[in-house]
Amino acid sequence: MSTATRAPEPVVDYGEVLKKYDPVMGLEVHVELNTVTKMFCGCATGFGAEPNTQVCPVCLGLPGALPVVNVAAVESAIRIGLALNCEIASWCRFARKNYFYPDMPKNFQTSQYDEPIDFNGYLDVELGDGSRFRVEIERAHMEEDTGKSLHIGGATGRIHGADHSLVDYNRAGIPLVEIVTRPIVGAGARAPEVAKAYVAALRDLLKALKVSDVRMEQGSLRCDVNLSLRPKADDAGAQDDVPLGTRTETKNVNSLRSVERAVRFEMTRHAAVLNSGASILQETRHWHEDTGVTTSGRVKSDADDYRYFPEPDLVPVAPTRERVEELRATMPEPPSERRRRLQNDWGYSDMEMRDVMNAGAVLLIEESVAAGATPAGARKWWMGELARLASVEGRDLADFGVTAIYVAELDAMVAAGRLNDSMARQVLDGVLAGEGSPVAVADARGLQLVSDDGALSAAVDAVIAANPDVADKVREGKVQAAGALIGQVMKEMKGQADAAKARELILEKLGAS
Amino acid sequence: MTSDITRASAAELADRLFRKEISAVEATQAHLDRIDAVDGSVRAFLHIDAEGALATARSIDQRRMAGEELHILAGVPIAVKDIATTKGLPTTAGSRILQGWIPPYDATIVTKLKAAGMPILGKTNMDEFAMGSSTEHSAYGPTHNPWDLQRIPGGSGGGSSAAVASYQAPLAIGTDTGGSIRQPAAVTGTVGCKPTYGGVSRYGLIALASSLDQAGPVSRTVLDAAMLHSVIGGYDPMDSTSIDAPVPPVLEAARRADVKGMRIGVVKQLGGDGYQPGVRARFEESVQLLVDQGAEVVEVSCPSFDYALAAYYLILPSEASSNLAKFDAMRYGLRVLPEGVDDPSAEQVMAASRDAGFGDEVKRRIILGTYALSSGYYDAYYGSAQKVRTLISRDFAAAFEKADVLVSPTTPTTAFKIGEKINDPLAMYLNDIATIPANLSGIPGISLPSGLADEDGLPTGIQILAPATKDERLYGVGAALEAALVRRWGGPLLAKAPELSTTATGREVRA
Repeated sequence: MSTATRAPEPVVDYGEVLKKYDPVMGLEVHVELNTVTKMFCGCATGFGAEPNTQVCPVCLGLPGALPVVNVAAVESAIRIGLALNCEIASWCRFARKNYFYPDMPKNFQTSQYDEPIDFNGYLDVELGDGSRFRVEIERAHMEEDTGKSLHIGGATGRIHGADHSLVDYNRAGIPLVEIVTRPIVGAGARAPEVAKAYVAALRDLLKALKVSDVRMEQGSLRCDVNLSLRPKADDAGAQDDVPLGTRTETKNVNSLRSVERAVRFEMTRHAAVLNSGASILQETRHWHEDTGVTTSGRVKSDADDYRYFPEPDLVPVAPTRERVEELRATMPEPPSERRRRLQNDWGYSDMEMRDVMNAGAVLLIEESVAAGATPAGARKWWMGELARLASVEGRDLADFGVTAIYVAELDAMVAAGRLNDSMARQVLDGVLAGEGSPVAVADARGLQLVSDDGALSAAVDAVIAANPDVADKVREGKVQAAGALIGQVMKEMKGQADAAKARELILEKLGAS
Repeated sequence: MTSDITRASAAELADRLFRKEISAVEATQAHLDRIDAVDGSVRAFLHIDAEGALATARSIDQRRMAGEELHILAGVPIAVKDIATTKGLPTTAGSRILQGWIPPYDATIVTKLKAAGMPILGKTNMDEFAMGSSTEHSAYGPTHNPWDLQRIPGGSGGGSSAAVASYQAPLAIGTDTGGSIRQPAAVTGTVGCKPTYGGVSRYGLIALASSLDQAGPVSRTVLDAAMLHSVIGGYDPMDSTSIDAPVPPVLEAARRADVKGMRIGVVKQLGGDGYQPGVRARFEESVQLLVDQGAEVVEVSCPSFDYALAAYYLILPSEASSNLAKFDAMRYGLRVLPEGVDDPSAEQVMAASRDAGFGDEVKRRIILGTYALSSGYYDAYYGSAQKVRTLISRDFAAAFEKADVLVSPTTPTTAFKIGEKINDPLAMYLNDIATIPANLSGIPGISLPSGLADEDGLPTGIQILAPATKDERLYGVGAALEAALVRRWGGPLLAKAPELSTTATGREVRA
């Protein structure tokens, strides 16, 4: 997917950016709701079905078909608004956003324009040092997803240069809520961290609301990053008076790690452009996960004209105040309370809890514990071996192929004495290699601590017989000499023995216990 | 015998079918024979489904023989405007861009016709995407008025009105966005009703202007229209704008045919200058007949109607420009590759297909609508038009304080000659000056024959309008007036229409 067709654009050192400029961000997050049916028809919404099997006249935009609003999707949108401390519209309409694109069946997207269902909210996010940053929410509105184009041939995987394109309309009409922040100012050097923390907090919140699968790698949560730089004011108090610079919109930044990196990259690129005396072009940018850079996309101007008008095929959405209050009663506990509760339940120290939060692992640990893992075990695996492997792979913990259920399974096998830590790491390798669940991998690879006393006992006997000198030292009371024998036994058992048990047997047989 | 069958009203046919005096197959075959004989010159149909219609008829006959209780209209054949999707039957909306498209689903009203056991004879011609008042804008050639084949049968539903007027079908489905049921009815001497917006499901009707479109019955008598209205009306969960209430008691009202004590409002703005003298004369006589039957006449003023046409020609193109965007050659319909382009992009194929597939009137309205919705113009055009719409609804509300129904001539003139107005869009648009306000306000309206204009001997129509959801008033007043007029004429107006020459050569199936 990488485009290496032009030289990378110059950037400046990150530290240099902040000496002269103040970053302003705007984040637009698209959330696919996990309703059973689509936004305006009765089609199924499951991910990964055969292309074009979850379609009907409505979501294919066939002549004559009409939309009907999915009430469950509206209620999810209201609950999202309530969780983001928004006001909920008592009366709002859908609007048509008109533009031509092959994966958009009607060549208009049924969305909301100047009457969003949710508006004027905020989300407080916690940063790595434990401080809190308030991100203001301008609006959250309902809309339908488009189909998905697959461009075959050509160098870039994009429509231009492709030999032909395939379109899957299964995604067309999936309910979306688009959450738009107000300009995020005052983050300074921490802008990349704030962006990542916001998306992570939003993801956790949406997960707790149970309104979306929030799988960034599957596209059920997608982030567009708007960024601009403005000159740094001499007097920090006057920064708000400095006009905003020209922004770029980096589309489809689809992992937490990438959100942070994309903000950072665009800051360094903008600064280089501005330092050279040139001006920033208002445009969309493509994010390249592999190289960590953005490249120029479509030039965007404020003159983009979608010819919005109220959708005449739908009646207005007018939730009663009573219903809104009923939905408010279904809100999950606030994020800060939830964090305190979990830390208490799990017995983590402040430092441990913060590390877990910074790694975006709260939800994963919660799910692992729910699936039967011990809190200590869950933290050990997610923050240890899995965090290391994710970092090597350059991916988010949540998105790289190990599920909370697998971690719970692994932890249970270790706790039950079936695996030791080094074997558990081998099992994880197998899981990541796509060999199946931890139990399946352990079975297939024959990884199993030998608990059969007969086999272990025979191995101990053989090692004692082969090392009479060492055995004598142990008999004489030099218990530490048993270590050499244990090593031999483990070798004999190909690592699949419980070392503690081997030690116990050796001491017993040599009358040293 | 055959001509006897095709001259019968739907109510008479239904009665004879019920009494087993004729079979559904006979009724259907008689109409297919009539189509074969006269549609070569009328050209009301774009597609004829003889096989499907006869299969339905046979099934109805078997079920009737088996003693099953059937719908009152079971076995009565019907023609459907080509704007309604019909599973397995071509549906083009009169456009080249949908040539060859076979829908995979039935419009809700088609499902209802099928459930009632009504054989569908075929799909009728129309102005492309219902844009027009003459059926000349059909990509498949014009339909001819059975009263004078050199003249237009009205539009957009000229195929349905001509089919019914020439006894090719006792009933037909029409759709009315600004008069496309009522105006064709007026100029062909037939009856057409536009129900209250939301009274009949729009699901499966190819949208012209979503906030204005409404399907309704086309027939030769008011009672027949009421019978068909009862079949197709009612709530549809597939159409969010459909009214969740029972169908108004239209059949009862048509049978009662009573206007005693009703207040009839004559709309000052719909008549007078610009209306042909013969049209006005027949209208005034009709009003007098209502008075003779015990109705009271009042004059009402609806000053905002002066802006109705202008508002309509902003709202309709705006919605249409968006509704017609889906015709992009990506999934169905005509696909044309641009000339001289080796490796065309999707956008180039869309542009070439739309250029080749849409006619001039469609392009004109897409351009108008695109402009009216553009940022910077939206408030001045679309926004202002919506305000006019509100004012028109207020005028209607005030008028219905004074009157139970409103009346006007349906059209300013009788049928004009084919080709006469085709190059003058504004003159064409003026045909709907009296019918458009009802669509803008969502209220129901019916047109029925009021006589023949003295100057040209062609049919004239009277329009009756009622408050939203009070559709039954149209039928009560309409049936009473119809009875009085038929007494005066000594028979139905259509009996005065010239006999069409019949040819055994039949007609080729187009589309």
